[in-house]
Amino acid sequence: MAVRQHSEPYLWLLFSAGGVLSAMLLPVMVLLFGIAIPLGWIPVPTYEHMLGVLGNPITRLVLFGLCFLSLFHWAHRFRHTLHDALGIKGGFMAALCYGAAAVGSVVAAYLLWQVG
Amino acid sequence: MAQSVQSEYQQRVLPPRVSTFWWLEKGSYLVFILRELSCVFVGWFVVYLLMLVRAVIQGDASYQAFMAWSATTPILLLNIVSFLFLVFHAVTFFDAAPQAMVVKLGPNKVPGSLILAGHYAGWAAASALVIWLVVGA
Repeated sequence: MAVRQHSEPYLWLLFSAGGVLSAMLLPVMVLLFGIAIPLGWIPVPTYEHMLGVLGNPITRLVLFGLCFLSLFHWAHRFRHTLHDALGIKGGFMAALCYGAAAVGSVVAAYLLWQVG
Repeated sequence: MAQSVQSEYQQRVLPPRVSTFWWLEKGSYLVFILRELSCVFVGWFVVYLLMLVRAVIQGDASYQAFMAWSATTPILLLNIVSFLFLVFHAVTFFDAAPQAMVVKLGPNKVPGSLILAGHYAGWAAASALVIWLVVGA
């Protein structure tokens, strides 16, 4: 219990930072890669272009920060929503949420490292 | 009489009973839950983005296959819903920023409207940069 109370401000900080970064970057990304390109409003970027953009170390660093913080934003909010809306609480659920975010962050780091 | 004493006792000793579906009782409660649920779409799109990165790593054929998959009806519908939730998330998160952030410039507090405008300007600039990187550059 003491550990959880101690970690709460740090988890909230990750939630907040992830909230801002995902709000700034994700709507435009889902608009492009989830709607505009699939519907043909914009031509599909060439493979070479995508490789060039993703190959840039700054792009990969920003994408890693986006994935890491957004996943912890999800974990924190989802955990509290389970509690508020459905009354589901407990250390196991918290461990599951933050654990999934941590695993996702490692996968993101591994994949973004592979592009180079 | 006996009933009112009992209900007073219940109120003091027992936690009030809340229905599991309390968030369906009022519009503002539903908006709150929908705002909280936007995090699921944040999570989904990170997974989608990482699948795109993996497809690019695997080569041109995988990339083209991912793009074809992204145009299938279920994925397209999921992403349209995701877009609506992500815009809702952005607007509600930025709207909370003036309350969450107290910025001082010398002795004066920066007004909330300026903090809000700053967030929207940042959103516009970040979106323009992403569009330029993907489409224009």
